[in-house]
Amino acid sequence: MSETTGQTAPPEQTAPTEQAQATNMMDHLGFTSGQGLQFGMYSLGDHLPNPADGSRVDAGERIREFIGYAQAAEDAGFDFFSVGESHQEYFASQAHAVILGAIAQATSTIRIGSTSTILSTSDPVRVFENFSTIDHISNGRAELVAGRASRIGLFELLGYDLRDYEELFEEKFELLGRINREQRVTWSGKFRAPLNSAEVLPRPAQDPLPIWRAVGGAPTSAIKAGLAGVPMVMAHLGGTTSSFKPTVDAYREAARHRGFDPATLPIANAGFLHVAETSQEALRGLYPHINEGMKRSNGQGMPKQLFAQAVDPHSIVNLGSPQQIVEKVLHQHEVFGHQRYLGQIDFGGMPYEKVMKQIEILGSEVIPAVKKYTVSSTPQATSAMNANTAEEVAR
Amino acid sequence: MKLVALSGSNVGTKTRTVMEHLTQTVMVQDPNVEATLIDLAEVDMVFSDGRNFTEYTGDTGRVTRALMDADVIIIGTPIFQASIPATLKNIFDLLPVNAFRDKVVAMVATAGSAKHYMVPQQQLQPILTYMKAQVVQPYVFIEEKDLLRGQIVNNDVIARLDRLVEDTLVLTQTYASIREAKNAAYGF
Repeated sequence: MSETTGQTAPPEQTAPTEQAQATNMMDHLGFTSGQGLQFGMYSLGDHLPNPADGSRVDAGERIREFIGYAQAAEDAGFDFFSVGESHQEYFASQAHAVILGAIAQATSTIRIGSTSTILSTSDPVRVFENFSTIDHISNGRAELVAGRASRIGLFELLGYDLRDYEELFEEKFELLGRINREQRVTWSGKFRAPLNSAEVLPRPAQDPLPIWRAVGGAPTSAIKAGLAGVPMVMAHLGGTTSSFKPTVDAYREAARHRGFDPATLPIANAGFLHVAETSQEALRGLYPHINEGMKRSNGQGMPKQLFAQAVDPHSIVNLGSPQQIVEKVLHQHEVFGHQRYLGQIDFGGMPYEKVMKQIEILGSEVIPAVKKYTVSSTPQATSAMNANTAEEVAR
Repeated sequence: MKLVALSGSNVGTKTRTVMEHLTQTVMVQDPNVEATLIDLAEVDMVFSDGRNFTEYTGDTGRVTRALMDADVIIIGTPIFQASIPATLKNIFDLLPVNAFRDKVVAMVATAGSAKHYMVPQQQLQPILTYMKAQVVQPYVFIEEKDLLRGQIVNNDVIARLDRLVEDTLVLTQTYASIREAKNAAYGF
């Protein structure tokens, strides 16, 4: 690990000053106030048919559903709601910032954000303007999660070359960070016109605007988030909780290597969530949506054998009875020491009323228990570090 | 049952000759099989650029989708430089890592001599296994002397191909029924 980062790391002397000026995102987002693990909901913005009868609401209704979810999540005591950007078939969230503007207006306390904004194919100036505006509409509740896209259709649609896949994101993400930190930006790069002492307005209500980096399961991208000293949202489709620990470790190690204190950097953990009376019922309730939804959006479904393992207490998929979900979320929290959990509840044409029922049960039975067991007087980052040490000792 | 016979080279006709014969054999042995022959010499394929297989257009999109939709695939390959041809490797690179999950895949090789008779097992099979195929263990290795002017002239080769098709179809049905029973047992 350290060898890998050692080879890719630019000179370290720039780190201390940068780090001294960097905002402690853990404090900034209120993760050190001892309120316990934050619980959120995210939608990719998919617009898929219900596998039970093949029916699909129209795009307008689907977009209004996202707004309804956010309001219900706020009422149920969720801390966060987000919607993703996607330009492919079977999605309705191409203009996710517009949807978030409506959500900002329709809610009043829940934090809202993107999971994820595809930064590679947008202009960071425009992205910042949008999110800064959402931040004002929401009175300082907006967050941005920047991602690289798992699909390439949008590169063609929006006029970018897929061969620049990596560099497009890295350059734009760096620029976005500078716009966020600096009142006036002088910058030049490969993928947009230079900025000459440019003031990007409006300045957000929060200073700075919380910007996260979206990370898939593999450590490579987590290392980049760590080296940049930005919070990380780690998303996954399934697998064993412990298999994602190396990603979390790599993130913290990379941050430390670059002179950032990992205790200042929040982590969010995001994946499928489905609650039912029993785990068997949860499997039955979710499987057709995942399988058919993935067939349509990815070209391949999910084998039942793999999906059946989601009931295991050590699976990262949070599926089961309210009690089982509480135990899983707490186990994941013990392993990762993360600050926020994000559940994906509405994937694959799940009917609106079923999603609303999920939100209600989670709010009444799961969230209070999760909070109860994670509330502490000590900052969570400290317990995360302790968890690391404990695990190392156990090994 | 959907079967794709894939002739894996854009050079020469020997593999194509064998794959045509195989497709005929399949239809004779089980007329209910929906068999398609794809000859890489007749399609215009782009090189893999890492995108999801559903995002390719033209012949590339049609070929990747046909392979992903198939229950069973018979791959015919010549031997180039002690391995499979680049055209065939490109097919694998175009597909997802688990592309052959729940599929039966059989191999046939054509070659100038017997010197490379282990190539299917050592070069092709590891790729198929990695991509989660249920590989039919026996394969048929055909030499140039077994073919003449677009025909198989060695009766033993024809007999071996008959057995390969039979094994492939039986295995496909067997795995399908095992999978069906297993999936039903999950109760969701």
